Amino acid sequence: MKRLPQLFAALFATLSLAAASDPAERLPDPAQEARARHLFQEIRCLVCQNESIDDSEADLAHDLRQIVREQIRAGRTDREIRDFLVARYGQFVLLKPPFTGGNLALWLGPFAVLLLGGGLLVLRVRRQSVVDPLSAEEEQRLAALLAGAPDDTFAPERRPKEKPADDGKVT
Amino acid sequence: MFAELGAFSVMLALVLAVLQTGFSFGGTKRQGLAGAGEGAAIGSFLATALSFGLLIHAFIVSDFSVANVANNSHTAKPLLYKIAGAWGSHEGSILLWCLALTGYGAAVAVFGKGLPHSLKSRVLGVQGALGVLFLAYTVFASSPFARLVDAPVEGASLNPLLQDPALAVHPPFLYAGYVGFSVVFSFALAGLMEGRIDAAWARWVRPWTLAAWTLLTVGITLGSFWAYYELGWGGWWFWDPVENASFMPWLAGAALLHSAMVTEKRGALGGWTVFLALLAFTFSMLGAFLVRSGVLTSVHAFAVDPRRGVLLLTIMTLAAGSGFGLFAWRAPNLAKGGVFAPISRESAMVLNNILLTAATATVLFGTLFPLISEAMGGTAGVGMPYFNITFVPLMALTALVLPFGPLLAWKRGDVLGALQRLWIAAVIAAVLAVAALALVQPRHALACIGLALGGWLILGALAELAERTRAFRAPGPEVLRRLTGLPRGAWGMTLAHMGLGVFALGATFETAWKLEAAEVLGQGRSLDFGAYHLTLDSVGGAEGPNYLAERGVMTVTRGGRVVCRGEPERRFYPTGGQTTSEVAICARGLDQIYLVLGERRADAKGEPVWLVRAYYNPWVQLIFLGPLLMALGGLMSLSDRRLRLAVGRRREVAA
Repeated sequence: MKRLPQLFAALFATLSLAAASDPAERLPDPAQEARARHLFQEIRCLVCQNESIDDSEADLAHDLRQIVREQIRAGRTDREIRDFLVARYGQFVLLKPPFTGGNLALWLGPFAVLLLGGGLLVLRVRRQSVVDPLSAEEEQRLAALLAGAPDDTFAPERRPKEKPADDGKVT
Repeated sequence: MFAELGAFSVMLALVLAVLQTGFSFGGTKRQGLAGAGEGAAIGSFLATALSFGLLIHAFIVSDFSVANVANNSHTAKPLLYKIAGAWGSHEGSILLWCLALTGYGAAVAVFGKGLPHSLKSRVLGVQGALGVLFLAYTVFASSPFARLVDAPVEGASLNPLLQDPALAVHPPFLYAGYVGFSVVFSFALAGLMEGRIDAAWARWVRPWTLAAWTLLTVGITLGSFWAYYELGWGGWWFWDPVENASFMPWLAGAALLHSAMVTEKRGALGGWTVFLALLAFTFSMLGAFLVRSGVLTSVHAFAVDPRRGVLLLTIMTLAAGSGFGLFAWRAPNLAKGGVFAPISRESAMVLNNILLTAATATVLFGTLFPLISEAMGGTAGVGMPYFNITFVPLMALTALVLPFGPLLAWKRGDVLGALQRLWIAAVIAAVLAVAALALVQPRHALACIGLALGGWLILGALAELAERTRAFRAPGPEVLRRLTGLPRGAWGMTLAHMGLGVFALGATFETAWKLEAAEVLGQGRSLDFGAYHLTLDSVGGAEGPNYLAERGVMTVTRGGRVVCRGEPERRFYPTGGQTTSEVAICARGLDQIYLVLGERRADAKGEPVWLVRAYYNPWVQLIFLGPLLMALGGLMSLSDRRLRLAVGRRREVAA
């Protein structure tokens, strides 16, 4: 059974230094080294918890960094290196899941929530903010009211113009 | 003896929680029973507090016959970390959770005098039921007072990484925040049972949400700050599942704060506010389950010893299931609130809620996806790059629309009018971005946008303040009068929104333009990072209460002038055989120079050399200052007399 402190500890026990910047490991070409560092941040140290090989001091992370640096030196592209690592270790090695298959749910989920929410807001606002334009009769009444004439709209004889909504439903 | 008393005390708390639930639900109609329910709530809290006090006592006196103490403490540990050890373990932290849960229940019983009688009874009933679930878990599956047959002479000690002042107080804040949402949850269920979710209900919910959210803000910031200086490479947020577990209730809570305001002021969005209230505490429980069950390590690790995990999952399903079940049943009958136009403060708040919910969903998907994938036989992993691509743009959009909200009127707003008041802020933010693009090397266009957004948030909040006080338009004395007359809630909002902007500035600048250098150095040798020149003057030995260390003395100069003298250490804890690094930090304005002494090696001649790392973290102080401003805003808002109106009214009557 894992516990919070132990979990934190396990997470960071090997993480006391950004291991990848160790001068003993660096590539001589700064541009290639920068590319390597960028790539490290997308690759998981498989034996650590949620750490990239850029951060981890674990032996495996060290080996993975060496593999990546060697391949960069050999002129492989980032994509080729990623594919190589996935073929060897599975998709788990990537911290950024590819934009394919079941992962689409992961990538598009938040935006689906956004669209759904936005749609509901638009619906609600449209449904309630439909204000019918004034009819000719109402315009007249408004003009009369503004002119200060007494209003007889609610005089008893003109009132039952609309039927109550539940009329006739009661049996 | 004390340990047995502690174990007994938890059982007593459980019995009292059962009584609290029964009496309170029974007392919705009968005053006397309700009073007994309140008494039981207070009693349950006192009993839990007693047992927690006894657990701390066991840690202070190093009673290693208690398994929990033997596994997590050590006689040589400083007193603060002995005390902190009480909540360093699974059992202890669950007891802390129970303490907060019963504490909030007692707080409702004591401070909720102005609440309508039946609503208060139901809140205490639900709170009691939650207490029953978690106290029963403590008593039957996770007792912190279990004795060992053979008590060891010395304890196994707490992980040295965790022996740190910030981390010692981090869990109490975090748990007080997590569990604070339980009150909101109870209010939501009580409101649904009553069938009334209205402005008065929202007015009662808001202070509890504010309190929980503020405490959670402080807790998360402390954890982040700890990670920054303790882990030795200057990272402050890792999108780790443990962090995400605390971030989800925070995001849901932030959304709830805003929607509850709409419900309070306009009586609208009642159903949605209830939903968020249920969601916030569900995320709290999900966090507890994720962190406490071991499921994060691996689905398979969880399956090896699933008892506690399954129990926690059951508790969560029971609580959240009945909550959302009742919601589905009762919510359609809730009164629909007032209408509002597409451009209005209500709409702005809803937009805020949609964005925050989408952001929460991002964190949720990213956290759970690997577990689901693993359970289904896949191997997908999710890490920081995913969150940077999905979460950050959502937050950027939030920041973009945020300053408009407070400037729009309720019901029907005027977006052009708001723009008129914001154009100066917009222009300054744009100038900031262009200046950064032109002046700061290396060029980083995205970071310039981030800076502009941070500036926009701060200036937008100030523009709103200027609008309220008629600054630059009315004569000075009137502005001053208006400024001092502003309600504290308004100050709270301004501070919180500015805090978000401050955080955005710091996070952007630090991430884009931090400098890093690492070299293997002998004594007296030096390295350069940016315009700074570091010399490793000497390395000597040092000894602490429970560790041995190598201590480096480093001097950093810029243009020949000394700007920083630091003594970072590399510590070795013999008890557990762990090594940690204690960094040295020099603040320079908003920036920090961050020095690390790494492992000792031998050079070609066999002379000792050390791996030395130096970082220049520009504007990093803003990353922690921002959330503190947000928390201060929460506190300010919490002290607004409007929220204490019910209390105040009662006092007036009494006087």
